[in-house]
Amino acid sequence: MTQVQPKVGVDTVADRPADAGGVDFGALPVVRTRHWVRWALGAVVVFVAAQLAWTLVTNPGYGWPTVAEYFLSPAVLRGLGMTLLLTVVAGSIGFVVGGLLALARLSRSPLLGAFAWSFIWFFRSVPLLVQILVWFNLGYLYPTIGLGIPFTTDYIVQAQTVTLVSAFAAAVLGLSLNQAAYSAEIIRGGILSVDAGQLEAAAALGIPRHRRITRIILPQAARSIVPNAFNEIIGLLKGTSIISVIALAELFYVSQVIYNRNQQVIPLLLVAVLWYMVLTTVLSIAQFYVERHYSRGAARVLPPTPLQRARAWVAVQWDRLDDAPAKNGQRA
Amino acid sequence: MTPAPARGRVEIRDVGKSYNGTAVLSGVSLTIEPGEVLSVLGPSGSGKSTLLRTINHLETVDGGWVAIDGELIGYEHRRGRLYELKERHVLKRRTRVGMVFQNFNLFPHLTALENIVEAPLALKRLNRADARELALGLLEKVGLADRGDAYPRQLSGGQQQRVAIARALALQPAVLLFDEPTSALDPELVGEVLDVIRELAGLGTTLVIVTHEVGFAREVSDRVVFIDRGVVLEQGTPAEVLGNPRHPRTREFLATVL
Repeated sequence: MTQVQPKVGVDTVADRPADAGGVDFGALPVVRTRHWVRWALGAVVVFVAAQLAWTLVTNPGYGWPTVAEYFLSPAVLRGLGMTLLLTVVAGSIGFVVGGLLALARLSRSPLLGAFAWSFIWFFRSVPLLVQILVWFNLGYLYPTIGLGIPFTTDYIVQAQTVTLVSAFAAAVLGLSLNQAAYSAEIIRGGILSVDAGQLEAAAALGIPRHRRITRIILPQAARSIVPNAFNEIIGLLKGTSIISVIALAELFYVSQVIYNRNQQVIPLLLVAVLWYMVLTTVLSIAQFYVERHYSRGAARVLPPTPLQRARAWVAVQWDRLDDAPAKNGQRA
Repeated sequence: MTPAPARGRVEIRDVGKSYNGTAVLSGVSLTIEPGEVLSVLGPSGSGKSTLLRTINHLETVDGGWVAIDGELIGYEHRRGRLYELKERHVLKRRTRVGMVFQNFNLFPHLTALENIVEAPLALKRLNRADARELALGLLEKVGLADRGDAYPRQLSGGQQQRVAIARALALQPAVLLFDEPTSALDPELVGEVLDVIRELAGLGTTLVIVTHEVGFAREVSDRVVFIDRGVVLEQGTPAEVLGNPRHPRTREFLATVL
């Protein structure tokens, strides 16, 4: 940063052909366009934001002391843990099953394809809320579940459905099967976005099928899968609040229980919302790095991470600080 | 069937193929000797690419058969029947045939070096260190010794195609197929790819080249085949087919491309 760029038109004016009317345009100062409408709209936005911030602070209805009191309370943290557990378990099962369904739909077997299509059709058709209630009340439909001789009622092992399908099991079943149906289509879309020539080249090289999928197709499909997948995971994270209908103590249910007791509805909803926002922020940051990982080879240069950007900025400022006296000396 | 000692003999017998009732290939028979350089010429849509793809079973045939060194492609001959091979065995036989595509088809998420070592590693032919050494040698052979860590998108078209050739050579195939290897390249990049192919000719690998570069075909080929509408119309030395074509359609074609 020690070099000051010579200004074109000052140093090279002699080499340039004479400009119209003998005026050297290169040496003239530039007056930037004024964007009046943009400025006015900007002012409106700033005003609205300031007004909102002001009410957040001054409106006692938000009950910030109550929010602070419950934000890290053991009950809320336990609820948060359950929400995270449901998200991780249902998300993992959902994406693994979804991946298998996607492969089944793309397979050459019409039977597998039809099965996957039906699965996706069914679980996308039935509302998640209904699915969870049905799983939770499965005992009415099939009082006992067991292993035995097919199409008879002779069981070898048998258990009461009610004991087998707890509230947690019903939640995991509902969320993960639903998630599998949506993930399957996202993964299938990603696979379809990979050029057919890639599969052909891999096949021509004699690379075995499973490695073709894991090493050649999926890493490339990931570029279009990842943004949608994070959409789904964030959706799932907040979607777990639906589990409150079967009284499973996740984040939203816990805050409901607390406000039913102390009537502090808004502050406790805020507690839940703030936690959802924190988790979404973490996931969004993770998304940036995962996307960056899979963009290897797609971009000529990888976009810098915020950390790298910050470091570069600090380095530039540091250099400036260093050079400041020297520069002045040169100019003098 | 006794396995032929020679490596890289391709036999194509009465091969027929049609898509939705339209014949792309009909009754094509060709024998390509080990180490021979054969160029396949013909107008676009004549079936020459399809023919090339039947040699490594990327296309199945409706009739006839293809064999490399006496081994049928895609089928096994046992007790008077042809058994369709499992994918695993198809892959094994396919590794004797390398292929270079018109659009390179390099794996964009892998570096040049990783592209080359992928198949030898996947097939457990070599350990990582040996595969790397082989790849570096191949990169040097195609004049890209210093670009091993570059991703395909950081390379020019000609460089990408040269990496693709190195990738195809990594399995030391007996037969190398080129599907219009220079058609997607800017004119000034064609030469560098043709130079690499020229060096491969005469090293013992059988080369089958589908191309529009008539001048190159004349210079490098032992034999030229002219295909039109899925039928072999004419074949012979470059001098015969290109210098003195007998069939009017060959003459017509040569007049348009020269």
